[in-house]
Amino acid sequence: MSSSPPAPSACAAISAAEKVDGFTRKSVRKAQRQKRSQGSSQFRSQGGQAELHPLPQLKDATSNEQQELFCQKLQQCCILFDFMDSVSDLKSKEIKRATLNELVEYVSTNRGVIVESAYSDIVKMISANIFRTLPPSDNPDFDPEEDEPTLEASWPHIQLVYEFFLRFLESPDFQPSIAKRYIDQKFVQQLLELFDSEDPRERDFLKTVLHRIYGKFLGLRAFIRKQINNIFLRFIYETEHFNGVAELLEILGSIINGFALPLKAEHKQFLMKVLIPMHTAKGLALFHAQLAYCVVQFLEKDTTLTEPVIRGLLKFWPKTCSQKEVMFLGEIEEILDVIEPTQFKKIEEPLFKQISKCVSSSHFQVAERALYFWNNEYILSLIEENIDKILPIMFASLYKISKEHWNQTIVALVYNVLKTLMEMNGKLFDDLTSSYKAERQREKKKELEREELWKKLEELKLKKALENQNSAYNMHSLLSSTGAE
Amino acid sequence: MAGAAGPRAAPGAAGGDGDDSLYPIAVLIDELRNEDVQLRLNSIKKLSTIALALGVERTRTELLPFLTDTIYDEDEVLLALAEQLGNFTGLVGGPDFAHCLLPPLESLATVEETVVRDKAVESLRQISQEHTPVALEAHFVPLVKRLASGDWFTSRTSACGLFSVCYPRASNAVKAEIRQHFRSLCSDDTPMVRRAAASKLGEFAKVLELDSVKTEIVPLFTNLASDEQDSVRLLAVEACVSIAQLLSQDDLEALVIPILRQAAEDKSWRVRYMVADKFSELQKAVGPKITLNDLIPAFQSLLKDCEAEVRAAAAHKVKELCENLPTEGREAIIVNQILPYIKELVSDTNQHVKSALASVIMGLSTILGKENTIEHLLPLFLAQLKDECPEVRLNIISNLDCVNEVIGIRQLSQSLLPAIVELAEDAKWRVRLAIIEYMPLLAGQLGVEFFDEKLNSLCMAWLVDHVYAIREAATNNLMKLVQKFGTEWAQNTIVPKVLVMANDPNYLHRMTTLFCINALSEACGQEITTKQMLPIVLKMAGDQVANVRFNVAKSLQKIGPILDTDALQGKVKPVLQKLGQDEDMDVKYFAQEAISVVAQRLRKLDVLVKDREEPRIPGADKNLFLIPRGPGEDTGKGPACQLHVNTRDTLAQLEIAELVHFLQSRE
Repeated sequence: MSSSPPAPSACAAISAAEKVDGFTRKSVRKAQRQKRSQGSSQFRSQGGQAELHPLPQLKDATSNEQQELFCQKLQQCCILFDFMDSVSDLKSKEIKRATLNELVEYVSTNRGVIVESAYSDIVKMISANIFRTLPPSDNPDFDPEEDEPTLEASWPHIQLVYEFFLRFLESPDFQPSIAKRYIDQKFVQQLLELFDSEDPRERDFLKTVLHRIYGKFLGLRAFIRKQINNIFLRFIYETEHFNGVAELLEILGSIINGFALPLKAEHKQFLMKVLIPMHTAKGLALFHAQLAYCVVQFLEKDTTLTEPVIRGLLKFWPKTCSQKEVMFLGEIEEILDVIEPTQFKKIEEPLFKQISKCVSSSHFQVAERALYFWNNEYILSLIEENIDKILPIMFASLYKISKEHWNQTIVALVYNVLKTLMEMNGKLFDDLTSSYKAERQREKKKELEREELWKKLEELKLKKALENQNSAYNMHSLLSSTGAE
Repeated sequence: MAGAAGPRAAPGAAGGDGDDSLYPIAVLIDELRNEDVQLRLNSIKKLSTIALALGVERTRTELLPFLTDTIYDEDEVLLALAEQLGNFTGLVGGPDFAHCLLPPLESLATVEETVVRDKAVESLRQISQEHTPVALEAHFVPLVKRLASGDWFTSRTSACGLFSVCYPRASNAVKAEIRQHFRSLCSDDTPMVRRAAASKLGEFAKVLELDSVKTEIVPLFTNLASDEQDSVRLLAVEACVSIAQLLSQDDLEALVIPILRQAAEDKSWRVRYMVADKFSELQKAVGPKITLNDLIPAFQSLLKDCEAEVRAAAAHKVKELCENLPTEGREAIIVNQILPYIKELVSDTNQHVKSALASVIMGLSTILGKENTIEHLLPLFLAQLKDECPEVRLNIISNLDCVNEVIGIRQLSQSLLPAIVELAEDAKWRVRLAIIEYMPLLAGQLGVEFFDEKLNSLCMAWLVDHVYAIREAATNNLMKLVQKFGTEWAQNTIVPKVLVMANDPNYLHRMTTLFCINALSEACGQEITTKQMLPIVLKMAGDQVANVRFNVAKSLQKIGPILDTDALQGKVKPVLQKLGQDEDMDVKYFAQEAISVVAQRLRKLDVLVKDREEPRIPGADKNLFLIPRGPGEDTGKGPACQLHVNTRDTLAQLEIAELVHFLQSRE
């Protein structure tokens, strides 16, 4: 798309001096950043602030007044404060904090306080506090693995609101049939957008909240899945940025777990068109564990998906990023752990071609990770069953590494693997050893032939061009000669 | 011959060529199935070769179906394919057959990877222009409809980019259908599709009849501008620019402006950012009247937005906004309605906002004229010159010329000087480098006296900076100054100081003298070069550091063209010959290179002046050939020589490298 949303923070954090001098040490910058926190656009744009006056304690009120007072307190907590300004409204902030604490306590220890008339105020209070436009990221090239996240400034209040929200959802008095009037698609949509928050504490709360909502509101399930779908697609193909991918995947993991069999086409599509392409993302390391878990969940549900999944992973196999390659290998091993022997036969050839490439990677961690497959009993048994197919694929690279890999650990591992393979089929092993040289020469010859072919093609093209010229000339002379006659 | 050579000769008709003509498709199929992606990629990139070899008919009947059916590959390969097909019309037989290219491109337009899809759409757009109107309706429009009603969002996204290319040439009935399809994509379920539609809304509006713009596009625009997703809303702002250009002022005011106003106050900063970013375009599109009534207030609120991103984007637009105001009453509007907000930005808490403002604020002086500049802007300039952030100061200094034209730079010089001095001594060498670049400009505007008094010492201090890049920039700076102030000035102020450095204990400073001479000799002319510089250079030929000696050789080669025959013959040549016998490989090498250049120069001078027999320098030319520069020669060299070799061409050497070099040099 020609104009994606402006990069979150074209300017923000890095000081100009650092921009001018690209060599400032990352650790120095990090140290400066460590205690960053940010508020949201909304809080800052609010004008004059109303001052809060403490209301009487709920526990001191008579049961008649309590309901009324509960709602008043909820309304009071709808007022927001600017936490970027640490000295303003100190008294009011403290009153709100105490009130929120009291509310949390109130809904979790008392029965029968969540009555129908309170739902509207409760959801209103929650929405007013947590729904906000997330501010631009302070750090344009935020590296979630290296940098400290920017924390939400108003956390002292927001945390309590989330706490309250959870107690509300989990209360035995909570009735989804009433709540669904307020917790609707629009509400969920806004909740999902918050998953982009840079503050991990907030994302953690959101995760639990969304999980509860998914569990209690059957009518919202399809919608939630679809929206997560959209968030992921945007993440993969448009922005490559979304902080809450891991949390959403974690929820999905448990959702997939509950899918009924046979799997709906919608779910299979989600696996193939969203989860598999997600492996291409730059920040894969941040959510790979959750992603692999989801994929394996799918395969445990429906083994026939194994072949398309593995082919998909092979299609997106990392070309240059060794770190990602190690993750892919880890995921393949997880898949192989649950694979059925019949499925294994379907993909063994392309899969082991890739493994053979990994084994001979000059990056020793990649090679090592691939060679560890041979420590897995189940994989070993699969290999042994199909040794006639696999050994010819693996042999050349193993043989080559045993001679020339720079890393001694790898060479040692390869010797063990070769030994294991030899024990599985000694005769085939001997045949391959003796034909190794001839095989290499044949490959070289083929390479030469290929070059030759292209050369001929190039000549043919020239000839055609020439012929076209000639024919044009001939036509011309033909015309002129007929004209002369 | 003539029969076989026809461009559409049937396969095999060419007798002996029969086997050859089977090659291409066989090669391609083989290569496209190769395990190595790179090889597959190569063969796709040579697709036109294959098509040309096949001829148009076989390309249509064999190659294209093959590509359509068998392609399931890595995105990298698909991207190359999508690109190739856009230029294939000629290879399938011209516009009459362009529609043959649609099937493979259609399937490429549905893949997941955005890059591939976008490229396929680009190629489709290109090919659409080559269709005849009949073919367009028969083949292209149905394709667009198929994509627009595809199941998966990717095809619908691609369709968005194709409406505007086929609409103008379609019949009325088909036009109505196309509009209908576009409408439904604008309210698509998937935000990705709505984003695609919103980003093409302006483009589509431009090809529509004015009536339809009003009745159909405006409602679509209104909906998209209030979409639940900010990523859609912000794209509507972009579309607003195109739509505004099409409507009359009344319609604009009634239909578009309320929405624009709403966008400027959107709760998402991304949307507000977009409004700020597109402000100049919007201003031009809506015209002066609406600008004054609606845009200026919106701009004011953007300038004091709570997000720095938005403020910075708006600050960038200040100059353009003011420039494009109607000349009548412009001054008053700027002074009363814009400047008060700008004043606050000068002390903004965010340095990016300040630096964005600093990069344009000087441009206001030409618009406001002398008096206003002195009264309103000058205090701001002065404040920014003292800003804590070097980027702000640099931005002000780099735009000094604007102010100079209006009020003269003198007004600023009091504050300018401390700012320059501070930047000149900044701890970050890139900041120092930046200020050096502005020195010639400053010198020109401040005049020679001010320069000599205040800035000259700075320029000389940079020559002994500990960072090579600064010393190098300082050298070039001197040259530019001499070009500005003339040779007499150079002789009095610069040359003596430069030459003194030839006796510096630090060999790096001694080398700087040589670099300066290289740069200055041409600007200073023959006399100064011969009388003042040459003796120093020659003296340095006896330096104990090899690096200095081979730089002497290089310098002599460089200043050779400026010297006359006597100097070359009598002074330069003997020294070079001595250096040619140096114990150091590199000194020898450069001396010999210089000798041959000098010899050439001498020959030329002889031919010109005396027309006598060419003088032969024994061994000069021969020696040049005796020293091969191949890699084999390096084998005999020690590490020190290796380092020399590396430094020959590398200019930006940092201190550390030089230190190493120094230690390794033979004394």
